[in-house]
Amino acid sequence: MADKDVLTGEHFIHGDAACAEGGIASGCRFFAGYPITPATEVAERMARRLPQVGGVYIQMEDEIASMAAILGASWGGVKSMTSTSGPGFSLMMENIGLGMMTETPCVVVNIQRGGPSTGLPTLVGQADVMQARWGSHGDYGCIALAPASPQECFDFTVDAFNLSEIYRQPVFVLGDEVVGHMTEKVIIPPREELRIVERGKPQAKKEDYLPFDFKGPMPAQMAVAGQGYHVHVTGLTHDERGYPVITDAVQERNIRHIVDKIRKNADKIIRVESVFLDDAEVVVVAYGCTSRVARQAVEDLRSRGVKAGLLRLITIWPFPSNMIRQLAKQVKAFIVPEINYGQVAYEVERTAQGNAEVVLMALMGGSIHRPDEIEESVLEYF
Amino acid sequence: MKVKLREIVPFDKEAEEKAIQKDHGLHPDDKYLKPGRIPHIWCPGCGLGVVLTSFIEGMRRKGLSVDQCAVVSGIGCTGRVAGYLDMDTYHTTHGRAIPFATGLALAKPDLHVTVFSGDGDLFAIGGNHMIHAARRNVNLKVLCVNNFNFGMTGGQVAPTTPLEARTSTTPLGNAEPGFNLPYLAHAAGAIYVARWTTFHPRQLVHSISESLGKKGFTFIEAIAPCPTGYGRPNKLGSGLEEMRYYREMSQIRNGADLRDTEIRLREKIIVGTFINTDRPDFMENYMGKVVARARAKGKGKEKGKAA
Ligand SMILES: Cc1ncc(C[n+]2csc(CCOP(=O)(O)OP(=O)(O)O)c2C)c(N)n1
Ligand code: SF4
Repeated sequence: MADKDVLTGEHFIHGDAACAEGGIASGCRFFAGYPITPATEVAERMARRLPQVGGVYIQMEDEIASMAAILGASWGGVKSMTSTSGPGFSLMMENIGLGMMTETPCVVVNIQRGGPSTGLPTLVGQADVMQARWGSHGDYGCIALAPASPQECFDFTVDAFNLSEIYRQPVFVLGDEVVGHMTEKVIIPPREELRIVERGKPQAKKEDYLPFDFKGPMPAQMAVAGQGYHVHVTGLTHDERGYPVITDAVQERNIRHIVDKIRKNADKIIRVESVFLDDAEVVVVAYGCTSRVARQAVEDLRSRGVKAGLLRLITIWPFPSNMIRQLAKQVKAFIVPEINYGQVAYEVERTAQGNAEVVLMALMGGSIHRPDEIEESVLEYF
Repeated sequence: MKVKLREIVPFDKEAEEKAIQKDHGLHPDDKYLKPGRIPHIWCPGCGLGVVLTSFIEGMRRKGLSVDQCAVVSGIGCTGRVAGYLDMDTYHTTHGRAIPFATGLALAKPDLHVTVFSGDGDLFAIGGNHMIHAARRNVNLKVLCVNNFNFGMTGGQVAPTTPLEARTSTTPLGNAEPGFNLPYLAHAAGAIYVARWTTFHPRQLVHSISESLGKKGFTFIEAIAPCPTGYGRPNKLGSGLEEMRYYREMSQIRNGADLRDTEIRLREKIIVGTFINTDRPDFMENYMGKVVARARAKGKGKEKGKAA
């Protein structure tokens, strides 16, 4: 049945289905979810596909349970994922925090719709960017990838699994309704061409093994259930053995580790796409479905000789602060179109440090930007 | 910005190990306990120690080693049990032990997964998870310590607190009746349902060992004294006196009609093994029906191609 896990070839599928295929190709064999528009199709694809590859699909009673179940499955030694949209993402926050604190690899796909609350169930939004970063209480590091096509839904879900294994934490695929429901060609490469990070096993003897090594910039090798390491996994502040220790000293080590493993490796994790940035005087910063429109606008402007550029965020988190700080010294302005009332735009403004103007082109949700609107905003600087 | 941090106090493995070696191994049950975790946090007279010991004894009776078992707990005084046992243990979020354990048990079906948690954790915030896991018949052994209140947070009303009982948030008496847990577990689909108090450790051990041999969702309610949170406001006295109260009040009635097992303040408490039955668990249905069909379909396709 192994041949069924990587569906090598050309497919004409939507982004939701591509997320599911990316998961299965990465070795995901456990999916727990709860139906919600516009992410339901991820679950439906998983319900059909996981039995074919001997994996487990389970529809839980809610998203709280879904998130808890994928953490449990991950500690059972199986790569796991869930998918949801805004209202479900809110419910997952509690156990996302548990995943961060217990350093549990897994992937959460959020196909964003308009919010808050029930909002626009069937229409696009990009307003969960800050929730992805800060939604669970306390401090932790965050990795979120924003696909802009069904192909990237596949590719970035694979990347998300790899990053979750390397950094041992839940990783987000922050899609949106447009990309999730868009049908395009998706090429699934042969298995040998896929780079899949497999979960290793600790090498140390039980007496010497520290399941939560806070010293280095990288997490310790994970010992899952049944390997004989008898790890205690707790959401309480814990020491290197996993034992709960309720002191400020251990809190310093524990929290600095879960933040720093992302912060100190940010340069390795951050990915952007630079389009005409070298001599750009105005730069559009965009992600997800909005970056498709922005690319169109920037290409149109270039064909007319206007020095516009596009900084497309592949990882929204960690945020490419250094790059924007540098760019700010070179450009007149950043134009930030996004389908919310200002989330990434604030990050751009913060990191530009007053060296360039920042224009937020906000849509509250339900529609995408038009290229001509973006072009107009750019042209105001020429 | 500049970030100023306090100096880290490093982990001192040697010192920790020395402290561990000092006491660990003195008690025959120590091999079931994580080194260096005792003394525990529980109050004098608390019933949790009895339930923990009964669990260890139940495992031993069943012939299960620590490597074959895992314990998942929620949050509360009972939730701390996970941290003491020397096996794979998971101390999750409040109310979410069951869905976490569901993922663990389905990912690793050969593991004996026990959910060890409090009545508040399992039936207030986690009530929905409890009934769904029972309905699905996930292969989980739920051991619910019922002390009739939220112990950890200082003795507030719980969904098990009897009508008129006093707690810190029902200082004038509880206006709500408590859940009849065995009846609820049975109605939701549990294949094994028992209730004992910490005054019945032998029966409790027997039920734990019996439930560990079942494939599916089992539920044991262990009534335990909480002198700090429940005993004091209800004038039940010390832990020992609360035990005496349970001795006087309990009546063993195996196979009792579960409509009669509601617990009322200062009335008899019916204990026993109430339900012991079998039906296919989630994994059996999933593998036997869903995965088998997917395989059969796949084979059909391959044949079609060849023809
Ligand atoms: C989401 C959330 N809400 C509230 C709490 C606070 N809290 C901790 S333990 C607990 C109740 C525990 O009661 P029970 O499950 O009966 O366990 P006991 O302490 O009595 O053993 C509560 C409300 C929490 N930890 N998390
Ligand atoms: S508060 Fe109650 S349940 Fe908690 S340790 Fe004390 S006696 Fe036990």
